[in-house]
This record gives sequence, C-alpha cells and structure tokens, in this order.
Amino acid sequence: MTVDSFKWLPPSLANYYKGLPIQKEEVPWTPLAKPLSRCRCSLIGTAGIYLKGKQPPFDLDRERREPFWGDPSYRAIPRDVRQEEIGVAHLHINTSDIEEDMNIALPVHRFLELEDAGEIGSLAPTSYSLMGFQQNIDEWRDTSGPEIARRMKEEGVDVALLAPV
Amino acid sequence: MPVLARVIEAAGISTVFVTMVPYLAEACGTPRTVAVEFPFGHPLGHAHDRDEQLNVIRDALRALPEIEQPNTTVHLPYQWPDFDHWKAAWHPPEPPPIIKFLRERAGRRAEAERPE
Repeated sequence: MTVDSFKWLPPSLANYYKGLPIQKEEVPWTPLAKPLSRCRCSLIGTAGIYLKGKQPPFDLDRERREPFWGDPSYRAIPRDVRQEEIGVAHLHINTSDIEEDMNIALPVHRFLELEDAGEIGSLAPTSYSLMGFQQNIDEWRDTSGPEIARRMKEEGVDVALLAPV
Repeated sequence: MPVLARVIEAAGISTVFVTMVPYLAEACGTPRTVAVEFPFGHPLGHAHDRDEQLNVIRDALRALPEIEQPNTTVHLPYQWPDFDHWKAAWHPPEPPPIIKFLRERAGRRAEAERPE
C-alpha cells in the first residue's frame, strides 16, 4: 500500500502543499547505535498539548490577530503526565480525540508500556510538545529545535519519535 | 516539522517521523519517514485503541534499524474506516484564522473585479 498524502485534504490545501519548494539540502543521518531494547526514547508531538495551570497554552489569541503567525515555542511534558493534566491548543485540527486520549498524538503512556515490556530501554524523563501551524520555520530551526535537541542529549536520548498531527 | 527531525538527527539522535503526508516529509527532506493514511490529528491511531496505537508505534520503531539511507519512507498498510465521516470530522469546529482570512480576501477581490 502507498499512503495517499492528499486523501484527507480539500483540493485547495492539497494544491498548496504540492506547490511548496522541494528541499535540496543534504539530510542529516545518525544510524541507530544499539538495539531498541537498550535505547532511551523521547517523543515530539505538534498537537499543541500543554500542562493546564502549569504552562501557558500556545498563543492562539495572537494567531487570531495575525493569521499567518503560529506560536513557535515548545512545552516540556514529563513522563508521569496524566491525561487530565493536559490541555490542547491548536486551531487547525479537531482536538477532541486528543483531549480524550493524548496517546494518539504524544504516546507517553504507550511508551511507558513498551518500557515495562522491555521492548525499548526507557522513555526519557521529558517529551516535547509544539503547535504545528508554522508558516515560518526559522524559530523551530534556530531556537525550539536546538533547545529540544540539547535537552534530549542531556537526558541521554538515543531515539526520538516525531508524530506531527 | 521535518525541520525538527533534521535538527535532532544532526545532534546525534536517531529519529523516526510518523506522518499522514509523506509527500511533504520527502519534499522537505526527513531522515526516516513512516507513513499512515490516518485523518489529521490522529497520527498514531484511534483514541482509546491501545492495540492499534502500539502496533503503529512498533512499526515506526522497526523502521529505525531497517531504513538504511536518509529520506526513505515506509508506507504502513493501516486502514481508517468511515472516510465520509472523517474527511469532515478531522477539521476544527471553526475554520482556522488563515483560512478565514484567505476566504475573506478572495471574496473582496471577487467583489472588486465584478463588472459594473
């Protein structure tokens, strides 16, 4: 089976995506250094998940005022996060299923189960949440991305699973 | 989002990128892509379907040792039932600000171009 990238998109959005420039830069490569059963894993999601009452939501008010802007910051999500602690701030998807089960977008609880089963070495203390509507990727490339990479290195992460919504 | 995979991979961490739009992952350049034909907002499956989520995650993790060169995509065979419902249901309750803005601008232009 070949996944149809445009199956769920209205034609206007599909045509927009098809018109984006093709990147010619070299793609970085880090081979997997050891078996998954010994790897420490971390997660990145773009659903706009944040910790209610502890972290500010992604700034949707500014996006409403400036429709081409999307909040480029990130939130650190601890591995002991409970479903009822999270909020979801994202104006481009229906967030109701993620509010019911965050694992469809940031699968912290599934990774804890894989850790218990010995299928991965461990889930790192921290996973990371962003809000995926970014017309301009400069902040992700120059600020949020490098900060997340540095924190992952500090926590000894070998593998990152990214699941954009 | 592929930019995050590139930054993290360049820092010495192996990444796998689970996406509904492998076209964009490849166009932007992504180390390892795993494609799923799921509606937006659901990259790892249905809410509360633990088995489906675990299966997708295991398939994604398996791609880490299996993919041997950058910008390679593995397509997963999962089916998402009830297309007619979900092609509408994944959208937010109201259009995002950029869509509202573009629609209003198109409307103003059409109005301005209407012959007298």
